[in-house]
Amino acid sequence: MVGIVIVSHSQKVAEGARELALQMAANAPVAAAGGLPDGGIGTDFERILEAVQSVSFPEGVVVLFDMGSAIMTTEMVIDALDGVEIRLADGPLVEGAIVAAVSSAMGMDLEGILAAIRNAGESHKL
Amino acid sequence: MANTADLIAMLKEMNDIIQENKDFLTELDMPIGDSDHGINLARGFQAVVEKLPGLADKDVGTLLKTVGMTLVSTVGGASGPLYGTAFMKAAVVANGKDQVTLEDFLSMLSAAVEGVKLRGKSTTGEQTMLDAMVPALEAMQAKAGASSSEVWAAGLAAAQEGVEKTKDMIATKGRASYLGERSLGHQDPGATSFTLLFSVLAKHYT
Repeated sequence: MVGIVIVSHSQKVAEGARELALQMAANAPVAAAGGLPDGGIGTDFERILEAVQSVSFPEGVVVLFDMGSAIMTTEMVIDALDGVEIRLADGPLVEGAIVAAVSSAMGMDLEGILAAIRNAGESHKL
Repeated sequence: MANTADLIAMLKEMNDIIQENKDFLTELDMPIGDSDHGINLARGFQAVVEKLPGLADKDVGTLLKTVGMTLVSTVGGASGPLYGTAFMKAAVVANGKDQVTLEDFLSMLSAAVEGVKLRGKSTTGEQTMLDAMVPALEAMQAKAGASSSEVWAAGLAAAQEGVEKTKDMIATKGRASYLGERSLGHQDPGATSFTLLFSVLAKHYT
């Protein structure tokens, strides 16, 4: 399965998105990396690193993120890790996490999941 | 010329100037960002200072690489990966050197600028730290052949001027970009913190 990591400035947002995703696909490997170790708002290199490592499967890892330093800190984690295919997903955090979890649990490959997340951002809710 | 001991002394002064300006930097970040620039940098540079005693016998490259990695791990905001990248790129230039010359500093600053541009997918004119970094580098390069103090003074003046110019810019990067034209009239916190850090180097040579 493809691993899924949710990176947010807020621990609650990351964990909440994970919770929603797992409700749809309880077996999907989803890790949350939100906030700073002291509970504050921000993104933490070590937390993201550990989250990525916890769902590092041969099929690769997809990272969903909220904004700004979430992208840059994740890119630094990608630079620091060898041997794992880690891709940033361009799409909405919450809907993307659900789509990714369901798709991963169904055995979809990395490119397919990335496309599904992009698609989630292009479809309208209303 | 600066050796590891000189740079350790300057890094301590960088921490002092960030701690002194912590509230000021956070105030600048309030209208256009997430009000954490001062707090984040203060936490990062405090962590850097705590690492310094173990680095006295290391080369300049190792010192700067450790500074960069510490900032990445502790800052928590966008300035962490950006300053972290800047120091780590400068470290590559200084790798294995026990001291660095003015020429080395220019190569280090140039590498840092390129690193920040790539990491932030940004360039000048977007109300970011690059609007102080790039003018400082270009002013120093333009003074090639002048005395060290003239080169550093030109760099600092250009960085300060760059900070002023960020007030006339509309942010297209970072959290401020959500504000669109409302970012006009505000001095960029990242350009300001870079200029504070740079002023420590410039002061040392002028």
